[in-house]
Amino acid sequence: MTARKIEILVGAFIVLSCAAFLMLALKVANTGFSGSSQTYTLYAKFDNIGGLKVRSPIKVGGVTVGRVSSIELDRVSYTPVVALEINAEYSNFPETSSVAILTSGLLGEQYVGLLPGFVDDTVLMLANGDTIEDTRSAIVLEELIGQFLFNRGN
Amino acid sequence: MIANKLQLIGQQALNSVSGFGRAGLMLFGAIVGKPNIRKGLPLLIKQLYVIGVLSLMIILVSGLFIGMVLALQGYTVLVKFGAEGMLGPLVSLSLLRELGPVVTALLFAGRAGSALTAEIGLMKATEQLSGMEMMAVDPLRRIIAPRFWAGVIAMPLLALIFNAVGILGGHLVGVEWLGVDAGSYWSAMQANVDLYQDVLNGVIKSMVFALIVIWIALHKGFDAIPTSEGISRATTQTVVTASLAVLGFDFVLTALMFGG
Amino acid sequence: MSDVLVDIQNLSFSRGDRPIYRDMNMQVIRGKVTAIMGPSGIGKTTLLRLIGGQLKPDSGKIVFDGLNIPTLSRAELYQARKKMSMLFQSGALFTEMSVFDNVAFPLREHTRLPEALIRLVVLMKLESVGLRGARDLMPAELSGGMARRAALARAIALDPELIMYDEPFAGQDPISMGVIVRLIRELNNALGLTSVVVSHDVTEVMSIADYVYVVADKTVIGQGTPEQLRADPSPLVQQFLKGEADGAVPFHYKAAAYEDELMELTK
Repeated sequence: MTARKIEILVGAFIVLSCAAFLMLALKVANTGFSGSSQTYTLYAKFDNIGGLKVRSPIKVGGVTVGRVSSIELDRVSYTPVVALEINAEYSNFPETSSVAILTSGLLGEQYVGLLPGFVDDTVLMLANGDTIEDTRSAIVLEELIGQFLFNRGN
Repeated sequence: MIANKLQLIGQQALNSVSGFGRAGLMLFGAIVGKPNIRKGLPLLIKQLYVIGVLSLMIILVSGLFIGMVLALQGYTVLVKFGAEGMLGPLVSLSLLRELGPVVTALLFAGRAGSALTAEIGLMKATEQLSGMEMMAVDPLRRIIAPRFWAGVIAMPLLALIFNAVGILGGHLVGVEWLGVDAGSYWSAMQANVDLYQDVLNGVIKSMVFALIVIWIALHKGFDAIPTSEGISRATTQTVVTASLAVLGFDFVLTALMFGG
Repeated sequence: MSDVLVDIQNLSFSRGDRPIYRDMNMQVIRGKVTAIMGPSGIGKTTLLRLIGGQLKPDSGKIVFDGLNIPTLSRAELYQARKKMSMLFQSGALFTEMSVFDNVAFPLREHTRLPEALIRLVVLMKLESVGLRGARDLMPAELSGGMARRAALARAIALDPELIMYDEPFAGQDPISMGVIVRLIRELNNALGLTSVVVSHDVTEVMSIADYVYVVADKTVIGQGTPEQLRADPSPLVQQFLKGEADGAVPFHYKAAAYEDELMELTK
């Protein structure tokens, strides 16, 4: 086996693995090199976040526009504060917008649904660091069943 | 009687500690110091060929089949819940996070690791290592170092290829044969697989496994008793120890990466 | 420059609890063939490894060309080793390279000679052991005797001052034995080498050595030119030279009295 042939085969091996990596990065993983794109952060307080997790998607009408970047508990009010990292492409949400924690399908993952509100002259646009006031918490199945039974009891 | 048992345990503990020390010294001697590009690069390329290119076949074939089996097994479960659209994420996440790095490491230990141990053990038995030392050439730098680096470079690349081929194999069975929609196979995959969280963590895993497997293989060869029995035992030990170490570290790494 | 190339003084070495050498003295004279003989299993190869610095003695000095080998730093030791070479019993050719590359190996590692010049040197060295035609063969294709000659060509590639032969005659047929005997002698004279031959083949050693040490029982038991040695009064030396089965070195490994052990059966 000549040195030249070995070098060619090693070169082919490395090219093949680069191709494999590119395929995994572009075709398999989401949005290509998403980490490098511009984002801005909004905050939302919920009473209960249910099964929401860091990196859960944020959707507007079913289109993913961002991801949950962190979930923390407010030390004063003891309510969860969710940081929403939203792609800078979608930057003009009015402050009347509302967010809700929804579930995809009956057993699916929970995600944050963002519903853009109405716009008129008095309404400002949400910017980096703002907090969305209008929130709806996750529906917790146990509470729902509990309420249902309680109501029936009445 | 109990004293004897205790002594035995103590002896074994001391042996394993000193073995670990020798392995550390070997690695230290091999990779610390100024590398010589002019002489080192051809040696590295030669070893990349022996360790990487020659392992490619087994990686391609097993990657393809594992991807196909995953799709087949996953489909029969998912279809009960009407969730066959999730086949893409199932196949790709199992491969990227778990099976790619682990199976590659196990195959690598069996294919390249055992070969390395036997090669170095035989070099020791035929006094080639001693001879090299007497020629004022350090066998750690000349023999161990290029094999170590070639292994550490080759294995993550092999794991990437394994993953890609496995996902294509899943496509083959899931989409072409079982009739899952091609669009949903790929788009559900893209929606659920994250480049950093899944792909790169998998690569990090396989780098750690590469280090473990290649280190064990080289050390077992270098430390082998230079007889035919000693070498055959060292070769077996390489495969067993490396496989167990990979599985053990896999748990630790998985817990660190995905557990929290 | 002194006449003594290797000077071993009061050397003691033990492997684990087992002493190999105790207080041994030995000198190797520059330009001569010095032979070290002794029964198997007394650590003759160990002695070569001690000179080469692969093993460290418990005490004593091993002076090579003015340098005390055991006290050298790693870098100094590697420098010193460039001036010595060793022919291993198995030849120790690198199995993954052709004969040519094997001989070129030390040149490529330690010099920056252009490839054309390396080729010239390698062919010269191969010619001197009569293997110029075998340069493209792999070590696996060589017979035992040829492998040893190829290894010899590699050992003299850097023109060392000292060459150590570890059992060069063991397991050779009479013809290749003759070839190697001739080569050792000729190389020593032609290249001005100093040779140390470790062996237990009495006839061959006595025919080429200028000075012989007989090592047994952890130290030197007899020394001198071959003629002096033949006249040595020590029964151990005589037994070794003549190859008698029983004598100062008993035929039986030390054991309890035979009668006692037989009697145990009847108890």
